[in-house]
Amino acid sequence: MVTQPPIIIIGNGIAGITTARHIRKKSDVPILIISKESRYFFSRTALMYVYMGHLKWEHTQPYENHFWKKNRLDLLEETVTTINPALKTIGLSNGTELSYAKLVLATGSIPNKFGWPGENLKGVQGLYSKQDLENLESLSSSIKEAIVVGGGLIGIELAEMLHARGKKVTFLVREKSFWSNVLPLEDSQMINRHILSHGIELKLATNLIKIIEDENGRAKAILTEHGEMIPCQFVGLTAGVRPNIDFIKNTSIASKRGILVNKYLETNQADIYAIGDCAEQQEPVEGRRAIEAVWYTGRMMGETLAKTIVGEKTAYRPGHWFNSAKLFDIASQTYGWVAAHPDENESHFHWENREKNLGITIAFNKTTHEFLGINTFGLRMRHEIFDQILTEKRSVSHVIEHLNDCNFDPEFFTSYATQIVAKFNQEHDTNIRLKKKSWTRIFTNLITKE
Amino acid sequence: MKTLQKFGFGIFLTGLSLFCALIFLGQYQLTPEKFDKLITEKGIKSELFIANLNANVVNKTFSGPFDFSTKIIAALEEANTIHRKKREWSKVIWDKPHSFSYEVAKKAGIGSIVEHKGMFWLLTFGLGILGSLLYILPNVITLGPPGIKNNDIFFDSSTNRGFLGWFVFIFLVAFYVLLYFFPDYIVNWTYIVDPISKRLSGNLASQWFLYGFLYCVVMMVMAIRMYIKYRNNKYQILRTTSVLFFQIVFAFLIPEILVRFEKPWYDFKNAFPLDYDFFFSWNLNSLISSGGFGLFILVWGIVLTLVIVPVMVYFFGKRWYCSWVCGCGGLAETLGDPFRHLSNKSIGAWKLERWLVHGVLVFSLLMTGFTLYSYFSGASAVFGIKTQTLQNIYGFLIGSIFAGVIGTGFYPIFGNRVWCRFGCPLAAYLGLVQRFKSRFRITTNGGQCISCGNCSTYCEMGIDVRAYAQKGQNIVRSSCVGCGVCSAVCPRGVLKLENGPLANRTHLPNFPLGNTLDN
Repeated sequence: MVTQPPIIIIGNGIAGITTARHIRKKSDVPILIISKESRYFFSRTALMYVYMGHLKWEHTQPYENHFWKKNRLDLLEETVTTINPALKTIGLSNGTELSYAKLVLATGSIPNKFGWPGENLKGVQGLYSKQDLENLESLSSSIKEAIVVGGGLIGIELAEMLHARGKKVTFLVREKSFWSNVLPLEDSQMINRHILSHGIELKLATNLIKIIEDENGRAKAILTEHGEMIPCQFVGLTAGVRPNIDFIKNTSIASKRGILVNKYLETNQADIYAIGDCAEQQEPVEGRRAIEAVWYTGRMMGETLAKTIVGEKTAYRPGHWFNSAKLFDIASQTYGWVAAHPDENESHFHWENREKNLGITIAFNKTTHEFLGINTFGLRMRHEIFDQILTEKRSVSHVIEHLNDCNFDPEFFTSYATQIVAKFNQEHDTNIRLKKKSWTRIFTNLITKE
Repeated sequence: MKTLQKFGFGIFLTGLSLFCALIFLGQYQLTPEKFDKLITEKGIKSELFIANLNANVVNKTFSGPFDFSTKIIAALEEANTIHRKKREWSKVIWDKPHSFSYEVAKKAGIGSIVEHKGMFWLLTFGLGILGSLLYILPNVITLGPPGIKNNDIFFDSSTNRGFLGWFVFIFLVAFYVLLYFFPDYIVNWTYIVDPISKRLSGNLASQWFLYGFLYCVVMMVMAIRMYIKYRNNKYQILRTTSVLFFQIVFAFLIPEILVRFEKPWYDFKNAFPLDYDFFFSWNLNSLISSGGFGLFILVWGIVLTLVIVPVMVYFFGKRWYCSWVCGCGGLAETLGDPFRHLSNKSIGAWKLERWLVHGVLVFSLLMTGFTLYSYFSGASAVFGIKTQTLQNIYGFLIGSIFAGVIGTGFYPIFGNRVWCRFGCPLAAYLGLVQRFKSRFRITTNGGQCISCGNCSTYCEMGIDVRAYAQKGQNIVRSSCVGCGVCSAVCPRGVLKLENGPLANRTHLPNFPLGNTLDN
């Protein structure tokens, strides 16, 4: 009997693992997951907590080690170097060739580098992989002053990590305000102030020119575009990530920035799929980017692809956009779209409590008053309620009126709903009255779904 | 600030060292008058014992409690052996040797400790409290702005089973062993709280008063630490205040004041079967003989367990008891908070937990069944098993070893809820109600979980919270005590403890919210 070739998944991040789990729920086909990064799936979002001493490595692993064997998910710690779509084989760095029935590329991202002089010196790195964390840990005791370059989520996380371990951190942000390509100005400025309040040296509108090396080939300072020389023992490059696809560039699999896929997550080669950070949608769902390097979208692509692989061909059609982040002590959530630079049809309502580091920004259509999205800072909101609101295309006044239903803060937390409603009424000359929280309304959503 | 904290830690260690040193100090002298008084009070009829003590102990001065205790226990056992041989049952001294020796020592203490109780209180408790506060209060500044404060927890040897953790473990275990089994060695500790006991109940302090007082002091100091660490979280602040209130007022002050008014010592919040000797004949007799008030306690105790506890669990989950009211929970949530992440999250531990905790519940109910049968029928044994033996085994294994030595002693190794998770029969009972008929759940916020693992890591009950959250499922587990820390440490605001309608409380979606696949 010839053994059936397995479904091979390259990459054991959230996208690859979600695919494997959901295939296994429906089918008994052999599955092989290959990753050189780590034997067992871990949560990439938790890397920072290991460095800060909140967690140990094993806590980042969502499944116990016996899970994989029990579910017949074979694991292989190797690097894939070649893919031969014609023969349906892959080659490993140790020379082995493996056949696949179907191949799933879920290789994730690598940190961007922009050709800065000195970007490959010792003490210069990004923060994406397990190996990045290990490098940082091994350097850590020799770091007193650190530079973080790039004002996005990984940048602010790296700044928080280094700060937590007692390093003096200088944070270089190219834009005029932190994460201002995603956050509206008032939100972004709120985070600027918060970063500064932690004693981080935040340098806005500042580009890195070069990294200067010491006699041992390690970074010892940086030079900014304003001619400032800042001494350091570590430079974190966190100016975004790009798809990790260098190894497929010499194959017949089509790619641009990422591996090109259609709406079924299929590449141009039969039985080869790409999902997660490394995939580039040829026809993105309306309003969405072609590459979305986000935990949640990686998971959703995995869920979708698993359906296709077990025989129910399914298009990738993510629901309403949502996201979350933690910016030092400010946890933030997003439901729907709030444009960083709203066009003439989009209006923003912003409320803020500076003392407590709380804020929300609500986007809505200027003429129809349709609710478009919300950013929250330090306040938690219910995902299900907002998902429903977006589906039903509710108005902004409906959201304001039902803020108590929407709120997801822990019990006994001070409610700011009254203040928010008052400010909205004042600015928009409306007379919206806040409704009391209603379990019936909150749970109708869930109950009708059953 | 760091210097101040080091200084505070030094003062704390000084106080603690003096407290430990007290065990080895002190002088004991049993005068003939004190001995006579003891003979009358205890009704000692053994002439052998009296002669032995008159020859070897009376009017001699002993340094430290060990030699003194050895002599008393030797005399007691020698006398008992002979009386038992001769079947002179009325002359046998039935007390546990170390408890008996404690009573003698409590009377016999002389010298500076007994003469300067207040000063020694200040040098031990006083320095300990002062030092801890100097160590804890600067956290307001050193911890930085309000937020999640878990930096370095897994780097610190005291909170990561390092050298300091094992040291604390040995210290706590030794403390509980002395408290439960060798009270005569810690008589000096009881002296220094005598003045406080006198004011409250009018009596001298027993080792149980000492324990109660120390419990309250430790909880108060560590509650201040909680207030600072969780100052961004009102749920934690209110909850901490609540457990502190119930410990100090209900478990400590009210019972002592009851004694002053010659009522039975009773902790109104301590529900059976955690309060496992509530139905023991001595307790029932004492309640029945205390008139209307005793009967009220009897009825209250039964109503508490049969009605109040399950009804409250229906509305609020077992948290209303375990992490808002209970004394064991109170210590776990204050002294134990620095160790919460050490609980085992594996499926194996969960299996063990279910066998053990429900096993203890069954054991406690069986033991109580035997007790009540014996009480009403007058038979000392049921099915050939002596009720007294069963009670002794339960008291020793569950009441002392499991709840005390392991329950608290193992904080720095297995986390702060070992007793509550694996041993407490009341928790098992509350858990059954919570799992099958309660409005309580931890709601998972749609598809927002990023599987980071902070919730599971900091769950003191060893619940793998993430396993539910990442599937978009609410967490409904019998063991959850609703401490709220998973919600407090979640970096993305995914978890919320709440009480709501029962429908779909445990609904498991095929996919977490966010995708458009059929659910």
